[in-house]
Amino acid sequence: MKILVAVKRVADPDNLNKIKLSAQGKIDATGLEPKASPYDDYALETALRLTENGANTKARLGEVVVVTFGPKESEQMLRAMLGTGADRAIRVDATDDALDGDLVARGLKTVVEKEKPDLVLLGYQQAENESNEVAQLLAEYLGWPQATFAGSIRSEDDKALVVGREVEGATAQVRVTLPAVVSVLDKIVHPKSVQSKHTAPTHTYADGVRFAALMAIMAAKKKPLAEMKLADVAADATLKVKYGAAELPPKRAAGVKVKDVKELVTKLKTEAKVI
Amino acid sequence: MAGTLVVAELSEGKVKKPTHHAIGFAKQVGTPFAILVLGAGAASAAKELTGFGAQKVIAVDDAGLAHYTAERFAPTVAKVAKDGGWDTVAMASSAFGKDLAPRVAAKLGAGYAPDVDRVKAEGGKRTYRRPQYAGNALGWLEITTPVHVVSVRQTEFAAAMPEPLAGGAAGGASPVENAPKAADDAAAARVEFLKLEVGKSERPDLGEARVVVSGGRSLKEQFKQVLEPLADTLGAAVGASRAACDAGYAAPELQVGQTGRTVAPQLYVAVGISGAIQHIAGMKGSKYIVAINKDPDAPIFQIADYGLVADLFVAVPELVKELKAQG
Repeated sequence: MKILVAVKRVADPDNLNKIKLSAQGKIDATGLEPKASPYDDYALETALRLTENGANTKARLGEVVVVTFGPKESEQMLRAMLGTGADRAIRVDATDDALDGDLVARGLKTVVEKEKPDLVLLGYQQAENESNEVAQLLAEYLGWPQATFAGSIRSEDDKALVVGREVEGATAQVRVTLPAVVSVLDKIVHPKSVQSKHTAPTHTYADGVRFAALMAIMAAKKKPLAEMKLADVAADATLKVKYGAAELPPKRAAGVKVKDVKELVTKLKTEAKVI
Repeated sequence: MAGTLVVAELSEGKVKKPTHHAIGFAKQVGTPFAILVLGAGAASAAKELTGFGAQKVIAVDDAGLAHYTAERFAPTVAKVAKDGGWDTVAMASSAFGKDLAPRVAAKLGAGYAPDVDRVKAEGGKRTYRRPQYAGNALGWLEITTPVHVVSVRQTEFAAAMPEPLAGGAAGGASPVENAPKAADDAAAARVEFLKLEVGKSERPDLGEARVVVSGGRSLKEQFKQVLEPLADTLGAAVGASRAACDAGYAAPELQVGQTGRTVAPQLYVAVGISGAIQHIAGMKGSKYIVAINKDPDAPIFQIADYGLVADLFVAVPELVKELKAQG
């Protein structure tokens, strides 16, 4: 199976409470370490699990191509992903200001038509903008089925996937015939969440994503990383959505510490009046 | 005509509550609006929505829409929106709306504003605000296409209330109009709905509960044993941190936070939750936050209205006792 994984570099998702506003009222994440959006790391882990035997992960049994839309600096993230196990990488040169979800989806469509993957995997949303839209837009533009909020994936002979979609207290199971677009939640990297035809059902993965071995990081420097221009993948770069000024949400002030349970109940009753 | 088409969400032939919040959005925008109800049993469900001041309720009742998939629903939503000339298509940013709305936007060539929490019109220009960066920034955006597709955060738009008819007559004033289902996308043939596994709970839904009691990983195997008596006493829904869900102490559907549910109850009781920013993103809209944690430096205390530094295994049972004693 050939899988295209769309990824995005973002500001450190664990420190987003440190973002500021610039003098122009725009969001300023200066000082936060750039990282891959965590759900994209989960998408890559999913792709690797689908293209290997979990008992012998050194032998690749399919192809995983990572693609990003970003500036030159994003290549560091792509190299890291090549070290983790991706086979090839593509960077479409663009800055965030020149993109919206719709343009990314239209650009990805061109990349898909060129690469002809069986499956496109994405994180269900990227950690900065949190739009949760590119997978659905891309599926529509390609005329492919979509399965969003994937918490589990079982491959049926790489012809179809049974996807467990986590939808508010319930799991909707759907079977999508490939090629398809799937976006994943964090649950997808649990030990048994991905069942591939190459791996025995009894196999248990370590919880979470894998890390690159030093040798693999060295070897990744030789893996192919192609660069494309935005104009190569999207003839029309018009944005459908434009962001203006931002606000910081009002800070919740720390309240009071109560000394015991009795005082807590009294405060809830007489001060907050919520019980 | 200019105005908003609100897409209703059904479950087993009944209107789901997020729909009322999407209607609340349409009323706030203030232009005329219609409500589209689609699914098997839509004609009957449409009657639930005639009292909200909509110009009309459009029902697409078709067995082909018995189970939701975007590939089957999006063509009909797009067609009804186009035929009616509606300038805005709105739905709640539930799992349903988040899955469906972008696909509809792509069909309409429309810009999409996801998960908005405010809408503003100034000088004939409408802008939308939405939480980003795990709720640490609120970005204003403008849609440059003539048609807008919007999903609205239900904790930020009040549910619309039915408008009483003159003379106290029963039912509502909006006429129900039937419309046919549009042809499926070709992709619909490649998606098969298999089943829906619903987590069974006697408790209120997390998204609707007045009180939420949430637990972290430190509860371990005693998650239920410790939290449920407290939830019972407060009539609360039970939530959990991602760490508690990942460790298997709590069911996955209880997760509150960025990848789980976003909640905004009157009272949120965080038990043994340290307060990772991904968790806070999902609950900081709560009116009052109580934190119980034995670590006095836990970040959750920075946003809690009432903090109690204590061993939860002692404090929670005591709290249950005290709540009962103070009745």
